[in-house]
Amino acid sequence: MAETMSGIPLDPFYSDGLRPGDYPYTRGLHPTGYRGKLWTMRMFAGFGTAADTNARFHALLRAGGTGLSTAFDMPTLMGRDSDYEWSEGEVGRAGVAVDTLADMEDLFAGIELDKVTTSMTINGPAAILMAMYVVVAEKNGVSRADLGGTIQNDILKEYQAQKEYIFPPRPSVRLITDLIRFTTAEMPRWHPVSISGYHIREAGATAAQELAFTLANGFAYVEAAVDAGLHVDDFAPRLSFFFNAHSDFFEEVGKFRAARRIWATWLKERYGAENPKSLMCRFHTQTAGASLTAQQPENNIARVAIQALSAVLGGTQSLHTDSYDEALALPTEKAARIALRTQQILAHETGAASVADPLGGAHFVEWITDEMVRQAEEIFARIDQLGNGSMLEGVYAGIEDGSFAGEIADAAYRYEREVNAGRRIIVGVNEFTEGDGGESSLLSIGHDTEELQLKRLEQVRSRRDDKAVRASLAALVQAAEQPDINLMAPIIDAVRAYATEGEIVAALESVFGTYVENAVV
Amino acid sequence: MSGISSCPAPAHPHEAPIRVVLAKLGLDGHDRGLKVVARTLRDAGIEVIYLGLRQTTDSIVAACEQEDADVIGLSMHNAGHLTLAPRMVKAARDAALDVPVVIGGIVPAEDVATLISAGVAAVLGPGASAAQVVSTVKAAALQAAGR
Amino acid sequence: MSPTPLDELFEAAAAGNRRAMGKLLTMVEQPGGAASEVSERAHRQAGHARVIGITGAPGAGKSTITGRLAAASGAERPAVLAIDPSSPLTGGAVLGDRVRMDNHIGSSSFIRSMATRGHAGGLAVAVPDAVRVLDAVGCDPVLVETAGVGQVEVSIAAAADTTMVVVTPGWGDAVQANKAGLLEVADVFAVNKADRPDARGARRDLELMLDLGPEGDWRPPVVLTIATENEGIEALWVEIERHTAHLRESGALGRRRGLRLRNEVVDRIELGLRGRVLQIIDSEAGSKALGRVERREVSPGSAAEALLASSNPQHPEES
Ligand code: B12
Ligand SMILES: Nc1nc2c(ncn2[C@@H]2O[C@H](COP(=O)(O)OP(=O)(O)OP(=O)(O)O)[C@@H](O)[C@H]2O)c(=O)[nH]1
Ligand SMILES: [Mg+2]
Repeated sequence: MAETMSGIPLDPFYSDGLRPGDYPYTRGLHPTGYRGKLWTMRMFAGFGTAADTNARFHALLRAGGTGLSTAFDMPTLMGRDSDYEWSEGEVGRAGVAVDTLADMEDLFAGIELDKVTTSMTINGPAAILMAMYVVVAEKNGVSRADLGGTIQNDILKEYQAQKEYIFPPRPSVRLITDLIRFTTAEMPRWHPVSISGYHIREAGATAAQELAFTLANGFAYVEAAVDAGLHVDDFAPRLSFFFNAHSDFFEEVGKFRAARRIWATWLKERYGAENPKSLMCRFHTQTAGASLTAQQPENNIARVAIQALSAVLGGTQSLHTDSYDEALALPTEKAARIALRTQQILAHETGAASVADPLGGAHFVEWITDEMVRQAEEIFARIDQLGNGSMLEGVYAGIEDGSFAGEIADAAYRYEREVNAGRRIIVGVNEFTEGDGGESSLLSIGHDTEELQLKRLEQVRSRRDDKAVRASLAALVQAAEQPDINLMAPIIDAVRAYATEGEIVAALESVFGTYVENAVV
Repeated sequence: MSGISSCPAPAHPHEAPIRVVLAKLGLDGHDRGLKVVARTLRDAGIEVIYLGLRQTTDSIVAACEQEDADVIGLSMHNAGHLTLAPRMVKAARDAALDVPVVIGGIVPAEDVATLISAGVAAVLGPGASAAQVVSTVKAAALQAAGR
Repeated sequence: MSPTPLDELFEAAAAGNRRAMGKLLTMVEQPGGAASEVSERAHRQAGHARVIGITGAPGAGKSTITGRLAAASGAERPAVLAIDPSSPLTGGAVLGDRVRMDNHIGSSSFIRSMATRGHAGGLAVAVPDAVRVLDAVGCDPVLVETAGVGQVEVSIAAAADTTMVVVTPGWGDAVQANKAGLLEVADVFAVNKADRPDARGARRDLELMLDLGPEGDWRPPVVLTIATENEGIEALWVEIERHTAHLRESGALGRRRGLRLRNEVVDRIELGLRGRVLQIIDSEAGSKALGRVERREVSPGSAAEALLASSNPQHPEES
């Protein structure tokens, strides 16, 4: 039983019509909102060696974080080993370096994998990292069926926004569907794809573009998985989303509400889903890094708090709050703690979690929700047409002709011009600029990380059974040549033999080819 | 190669547009800023040869030679700048290219001096205005032309 | 006499030094300065390279094809001039062709991006001189990609030996306005993106149009290509070579090149005359005459005649 600070008792929701938990879920997935369960406070972290990040994980869990979220370094994200020529300077810098199973063992040392849920932000090589996680669990005596968490595994937005692609789109989508089939069969608690608008927005998209491109990608995966022989209700309940919480408070709330409504109606009407869980758009949210400034960085704490509130009132299932030093470097432990505290303040001091969809019914909020839906539907119609009635083909076509990237770049430039012309005020940057200064200390990862990691890789390579590695890679190549074979099993075998991520990627590239983007400025 | 550096200089070195090669070096995929900078420079009358993502020092040097670029503009976000920027400067020098290297993106204040002493011409960061971006590139081009 | 810096530059460029080539191209791109000297020298050494123009609607795949063709030519020193439009408002440009060909063109090639710098028609003013320089320093073939400016540009035909027009399935809609011009300039057609539906239909449409077109001793071949997959590129190159051979055998090559040079001289005269015209109108007599026209004392036509007559000292009696 919740009440206000002053003791006024509160219902779980207020309504004169559509209620939270009612299809199409505009007002939220559950009638009880956050009363049954608060959102998961999932802070993205990763830097240095696996041991460094492991320590940060333990610190976050001690501080009351309720889930882990892994940031990998650039070579890992791109499927390259730490000793690859262009890895130099990037090893362990922007995330944690993982080359082999040995690193993954270190990364999750002392963490009860059947108790916490883990999220891994990795896409191009997602299948490989998933395989490593499964094998680490196995070695710790945890069955894969008991593993809970999410792997981002959303390749489509990589071509559109984040640019961590390795293979061309079609074979990449095969890897995605292989992973979906694998977890559907063997890992019932796992979310095999986190369909992400976050990166699309951060690359410069508007709220409506973020919403529409992301959901279109979601429809594309549904079509791909159905093409791969699954029934929509087999896997749709495990799909989840990842959105951005930017600074325009009401627009963001409208966007979150619109996402639920669109997903539910499309899954039901276009894809024939019947399981209510298939219709529910569950999503993680991260505050908008690109809104945070290097000037007067402390102001970012206020921005993040407001953005986080929009996500909570928009009904997010989990949340990452950015640190105030976002525009300077990876967060220091202190900055990350303040960001987490911001969520805790929202959850426990503000009453924001007491009533489900508390903004629902406000004229403006309902209008902007409708408007978001309308704009998104316009974009869907275009993509559908581009794909001659297939959203999957439409998304492929938009990637190929550069229209997603082009529209995102247009929006990014428009934003920048508004700031430059002073039509959009960014406090501390183009207005109210006095008072910058006061250097805060930054997290800095030294070159020694790189040396440590290279040694570690060297060591693993010298200790493993090279013949077994070669055999597992040959088997993988053979399997890759046959479109119907699920690649998870041969990848798990290769990982277990301590094949490096780069070796596995190279094996797949020999069949799939390497993607080179056609840049659209 | 003395002939090339001592070739007759055009009468008005920058009557014709400045030419800038823009690229991301290595694996870093943050290209939003680079694209914004490309358009900003275009809108200031500059010719941009946009190379984009996943470039190497070799591909950048080759482009600079063939395009006779006045400035190399790199954008760096993933904390690899202390390795990558000097690598670029060295590659240009090894090729006897006298083209200034300008950098933008995420560079902590304390690293700026290190980069400058490693031969980088200028460093800009988040929030740099269009005017700053343009004037930094122009200044680098002019300075190089004056050498 | 010791070699001048320009001698050295040409020498280095001829030996394959890309920086020297890059510098020479900058010189011909810049008005005034050494442009005319460079052009003068280049002209005396040029005349060997095959010049191939590549035009087509924006995004048709011109750059991808161009890069592939350079590689397929098997030539020792192929060169590409890739033209993109300058912004008419600011004069700046984003030159994006290079990245489209960089990946597959091979390291022996030379690519130069050029902005149109205010020139209409998908080419830059300096293109003839740039081609001349590349030719003079030993590049062959020289491939010139025009800016994709919304319609197929026909002016390339005047600058190239062989003009290739790139279309894609559904091309008919894109170039509706200029089908006739297209037929006139094309020596070879590539129907690119043949991986898309109805590439064959596009080829059929072209063949039908060619059936109705003027009879001649060269019927432009139509080649299906998938540039991204390097498919059809060999065949395309074969057709280009066949066209070159045809030009040589028929004597048309000399005529084309002669016409090209004539056009260039005409252009230059026009450019020079244009300067003279401005001189006249800005002169005292000019502004006086203009005043009379404005006051409606004489018509623009007779004012112009009078000005021309008085400014043409060589042939006063002729007007
Ligand atoms: C947007 C963004 C993203 C987007 C990128 C989208 C895209 N296609 O660009 C997404 C969400 C995909 C992303 C992903 C990642 N990101 Co990120 N990202 C940012 C963010 C929030 C903003 C960058 C941005 O685009 N700003 C807007 C543009 C216009 O500004 P700008 O780039 O600074 O450019 C301006 C100036 O710097 C300058 N400039 C820039 N380049 C040049 C070049 C020249 C020649 C000139 C003259 C000027 C100039 O002019 C511009 C105009 O003012 C920054 C933090 C921040 N607030 O800056 C983190 C940040 C860069 N990201 C970071 C990280 C770690 C990552 C990931 C590695 C996370 C992970 N482990 O998964 C991935 C890697 C992605 C990849 N492929 O490389 C870190 C890097 C840490 C560090 N350096 O120590 C940062 C700093 C955030 C943080 N504090 O953790 N990111
Ligand atoms: N499907 C397909 N795509 C192709 C083919 N050839 C080129 N493309 C793609 O079409 C797009 C445009 O190719 P470009 O080579 O840049 O075309 P362009 O005509 O030079 O474009 P502009 O110079 O901008 O006018 C790129 O995304 C290419 O990858 C092809 O044969 N098939
Ligand atoms: Mg092109």
